[in-house]
Amino acid sequence: MTHAAAPPLPDAGPEPGILRAGLRNIRDMIRIEPKRFSIAVVGAMVNTAMQMSVAFIIGWVVSQVAVPAFENGEVGTGSVAIGVGALLGMSILRFSSMCARRIGSGTQMFQVQAHWRRQVTRRYLALPVSWHQKHPTGTLLSNANADVEAATRPLAPLPFACGTLFMLVLSMVVFFTIDWAIALVALGMFPALFTLNAVFASKMAPRAKRAQELRAAVSADGHESFDGALVVKAMGREAAETERFAGTAGELRDAMIGVGRLRAAFEPLIQGLPEIGTLLALLVGLTRYEAGAIGLGELVTVSFMFSILAFPIRAIGWVLGDLPTSVVGRRRVDGVLAATGDMAYGDRELDGTGPARLEFDSVAYSYADGTEALTDVSFTVEPGTTVALVGATGSGKSTLAHLAARLTDPTRGAVRFDGVDLRELTHRSLAATCALVQQIPFVFDDTVRANLALDREGIDDTRIWQALAAAGADKFVGDLEAGLDTELGERGTSLSGGQRQRLTLARALAGQPRLLVLDDATSAVDPKVESEILAGLKDSADAAGVLVVAYRRATIALADEVVFLEGGRITARGTHAELLETHRPYAELVTAYERAEAEREFDEETAA
Amino acid sequence: MSTDNATEREQERNEPGPFETLGRGLRLSPELRSGLAFTLVLAAITSIGRLVVPVSAQKVLDNGLFGAGGPDVRYVLGVTAIGIGVLAVTTASNYLMNKRLFIVTETALANLRRRTFRHIHDLSMLHQQSERRGSLTARVTTDIDTVSQFLQQGGMQIITSLAQIVVATAVMIVYSWQLALAVWVVFVPVSLLIKWLQKHLANAYSNVRKSVAMMLSAVSESVVGAGVVRSYGVGARTSQRLDTAIEDHRHNQAKAIRRSAFSFGAGEIVHFGVYAVVVVLGAYLVAGGDMTVGQLTAFLFLVTLFIQPVVTATEMLNEAQNAVSGWRRVLDVLDTEPDVADPVDGSDLPEGPLGVRFEEVRFAYPGGEEVLHGIDVEIRAHTKVAVVGETGSGKTTFAKLLTRLMDPTAGRVLLGGTPLREIRFASLRSRVTMVPQEGFLFNGTLAHNIRFARPEIGEAEIYVAFSELGLADWVDALPNGLDTELGEGGANLSVGERQLVSLVRAYVADPDLLVLDEATSAVDPATELRLSSALDAVTRGRTTVIIAHRLSTAETSDEVLVFDAGNLVQHGPHAELAAEEGSVYAGLHGSWIEQTRSS
Ligand SMILES: Nc1ncnc2c1ncn2[C@@H]1O[C@H](COP(=O)(O)OP(=O)(O)OP(=O)(O)O)[C@@H](O)[C@H]1O
Ligand SMILES: Nc1ncnc2c1ncn2[C@@H]1O[C@H](COP(=O)(O)OP(=O)(O)OP(=O)(O)O)[C@@H](O)[C@H]1O
Ligand SMILES: [Mg+2]
Repeated sequence: MTHAAAPPLPDAGPEPGILRAGLRNIRDMIRIEPKRFSIAVVGAMVNTAMQMSVAFIIGWVVSQVAVPAFENGEVGTGSVAIGVGALLGMSILRFSSMCARRIGSGTQMFQVQAHWRRQVTRRYLALPVSWHQKHPTGTLLSNANADVEAATRPLAPLPFACGTLFMLVLSMVVFFTIDWAIALVALGMFPALFTLNAVFASKMAPRAKRAQELRAAVSADGHESFDGALVVKAMGREAAETERFAGTAGELRDAMIGVGRLRAAFEPLIQGLPEIGTLLALLVGLTRYEAGAIGLGELVTVSFMFSILAFPIRAIGWVLGDLPTSVVGRRRVDGVLAATGDMAYGDRELDGTGPARLEFDSVAYSYADGTEALTDVSFTVEPGTTVALVGATGSGKSTLAHLAARLTDPTRGAVRFDGVDLRELTHRSLAATCALVQQIPFVFDDTVRANLALDREGIDDTRIWQALAAAGADKFVGDLEAGLDTELGERGTSLSGGQRQRLTLARALAGQPRLLVLDDATSAVDPKVESEILAGLKDSADAAGVLVVAYRRATIALADEVVFLEGGRITARGTHAELLETHRPYAELVTAYERAEAEREFDEETAA
Repeated sequence: MSTDNATEREQERNEPGPFETLGRGLRLSPELRSGLAFTLVLAAITSIGRLVVPVSAQKVLDNGLFGAGGPDVRYVLGVTAIGIGVLAVTTASNYLMNKRLFIVTETALANLRRRTFRHIHDLSMLHQQSERRGSLTARVTTDIDTVSQFLQQGGMQIITSLAQIVVATAVMIVYSWQLALAVWVVFVPVSLLIKWLQKHLANAYSNVRKSVAMMLSAVSESVVGAGVVRSYGVGARTSQRLDTAIEDHRHNQAKAIRRSAFSFGAGEIVHFGVYAVVVVLGAYLVAGGDMTVGQLTAFLFLVTLFIQPVVTATEMLNEAQNAVSGWRRVLDVLDTEPDVADPVDGSDLPEGPLGVRFEEVRFAYPGGEEVLHGIDVEIRAHTKVAVVGETGSGKTTFAKLLTRLMDPTAGRVLLGGTPLREIRFASLRSRVTMVPQEGFLFNGTLAHNIRFARPEIGEAEIYVAFSELGLADWVDALPNGLDTELGEGGANLSVGERQLVSLVRAYVADPDLLVLDEATSAVDPATELRLSSALDAVTRGRTTVIIAHRLSTAETSDEVLVFDAGNLVQHGPHAELAAEEGSVYAGLHGSWIEQTRSS
């Protein structure tokens, strides 16, 4: 975080800087949408000025209509008409200025929310995958929703409050022209009001922070649980999950009650203060009237103005009351915006065509928790060749595949395409060169066509059908009622696991990449289809280099070279036949089924 | 898909009115009504506080200034003192009221959250999948938040405003019944107008709630699919989709605020009308000697007192529309009957291993074609059965019917001789466990994830379970052993490792019928074989149904079920089926052999 206002809050105890931080937040938000804000403020000022003029009109009515009527026993039609006309004109002005204020402040707030949401979600897209793994999806939802809302909350009453401030200044002027003593009483009210608010804000801040954190926790718990709903159901753990969720929801409840107690204590005081002020002003006004310093009409005007002020002055209280929460929300939003670790892309483009050359040069990779998943890995996928990556569960194959597609950067060493370090390439060039099919297929909530094309250039229906055919997915897609226009549902729920996998495979093929990285992407694909795909990639016109994570011997046998990983290190390289001969762990892994069957047959024979 | 269905449903059903929703909401959260009477009394006292200033002003003017004998300072002092005293009392009652309000609403809504959450889990798998996760999350978070915000800020204000309107009317009548009547004559038609406007506003807010849910779903998708977005360089496309969802939400909000502003403006008409009537009529009353100048002045003050609550109430009713939309979305969930429900008076499963029978079972996903066409099969207790077939042939569907995650469209499934639909969930879920194709790990430690199956077991037992499946070495190699944090969805583990954990979790549940759907598809062959023989040893005597593309499982099972395009085409021991020339299984097995044994 860059600015000074953002050091993490202490967990308990009031924080003095909260008002300043809150005001700075408001300033930032006004800068985002100054036009609508100005409209709203002008609306609010006109509106409050109109509200004030009620006092004068009433005063006028009393002195020009009621008093003569009382004295003469008859009503001057002319002055009544003027009074009503003035009221009507004022009402029209008030109506339009009120609409300007409300629509202006509302739409400004929504614009600012949308602005931040766009920024926050852009950050989500820009931050590295490792950052995502550290932040539960539900929390990220809360950042984009509840936190943005909290940060912008003071904007709704803000123009109103500005109008009120304007009105206060005006009334102070009026008070001073009427009488200095009354003005001083009024003036005395404000320091009291601000002190009260400042105490309130600083006491509120830590509670608001806790509430906002818990809001995120509730969202995270809910999202995670619905994500895993099938497992919850399959194991009959609904009750336990509900208890877990209810625990967090209960903490949120307690935190909110804490917030509520504080608000309950301060808001009536903040509300009652102006009322007490009015009574005191009345008293002072009366003594001044007695002393002959002011007239009756002036006394009425003063009392009336106080009673009018009593309501809108609460708007200032609303803004101040929302400040602590808004600061907390803003900090959480800033936390996302300031998160670092973005992948910086270079500006080089690869201009080659045909298969690319992939090179790992002494690559090491450690996860954030210190797990060294890859150590000193060096190998190449020569253009147009297929390299099989073989290794036991957890040996680092996916990590390596992610590095090849630059989902992450190596801790040490370099990964290169055609001799160029991936970090020097543009994002576009990277994506156009290499396609990764991840181990867990991910399908977007969209149509088949959109899932395959992903709005990439040059992918028309013919290409899509070709890719589907190559991935062995043309048959089932052809059987779908709406064909390519079929909506697949969130994460492709309406497909079987194997069907999803084939679609993601087709997605990679459709882009005609120069290098294809398959991370165990064929586990649910029938063996026949898999060998066809690999054979197809070798011989077809748009041949590609292939790095394939596989266990099946036939797949491996198709590869020109095998790279064998053990505990994150390459312990053997060569053709399948060579490794089978020379490297025992390799042989044990890939001939496991064969040996198991041989053992079984042996057992059966000896038993017979 | 889901939203279209939802809108259709809503149109058919004709959205219930706001009062209906409020009524239902209040019935569902009886906590909201606890102590309501006391809260209302406090509200009434609080609203008296708002009268202090104008009434004192009037008293001072009428008696203190215009009273016989000229200005009377002591009288004024007395009035002021009383006024301050009353203010102190009402401020205290305001505090009490707000405190109660927070406690009551937060308690009620926490319970509502919990209930809604539970109900979502009680819905059938297919129901759950008909809605996006972001949208489901919205129902237990922001939708309920709108209700709480409204109840805390608006709900009481509506009630206090109504009380204030009543009090103000009463006081106005005391001053001048003629003027009071006139005020009401203006007010009634305007209030009807407000009511009419509210209806339009309700629609606007209902769209706002829907668009929040859509927005959250879009965010959720882009976060979960971040890897794909990154590697295909489709960030621009994704942010465009997000922007559309965000913009759509903003647009709906703006529309709602515009309608709300106009509806609020109706209060302005009251303002004008009431003043005009009071001025004109008041002048005549004063002229006729029916009223003093002081009384008219006080009345003009009172009018503000009458109008302000009207304005506030209109405002809060506008807010209420938003809350009602949120509340309705929550109630909609609660109103959805779970279609795969725990039977009332259900029976328990018999002791011991369980056999399964499928009788003429057919199944079609909602709105889709039939995917299982009359499955008739018996799986005997104590056996290990492999289910094989091409992708999309219906194996997972079969498993889900077998574990009653769904009910067949026709035919029935029997477990231990009892129809599945008649077995209590508590009994069913504790005896039957499935490891689904897309396993899921929770954000927490390894031990926490295993305890998901059996909360009471200790570390030692968990470790033993890993050892029994031959995975002790793996646990030992983890940075913190059983206390290793697995991350969201198990992201800190490799995919194969996640499957190992899911399997151990199911094993710990100690079921009598274990269903594995591609549970080891990402595990390396050597580990898989070790694991499956370990599993065979520990699950011997129980019934196991294993779906696998790797036919190694089929080779060692007692029986094999072969699915093809939704039909059970073969059924019998591996050796027999493999020997049937030209059969589906012979084909699958031939290609398996070719794939795993060739040079
Ligand atoms: N939720 C769903 N809604 C609609 N159709 C579905 C749904 N789930 C599966 N299907 C369809 O039902 C058919 C059978 O799917 P199922 O998941 O049972 O296949 P499977 O044999 O398990 O395949 P795999 O080997 O790929 O896991 C497929 O054609 C699939 O598209
Ligand atoms: N996000 C992470 N944080 C910490 N450690 C991780 C993370 N992801 C993976 N690991 C660890 O790094 C090692 C390599 O993981 P990787 O996913 O590359 O294995 P793999 O060879 O692809 O395994 P599999 O065959 O199961 O897919 C494993 O020990 C795993 O536990
Ligand atoms: Mg992997």
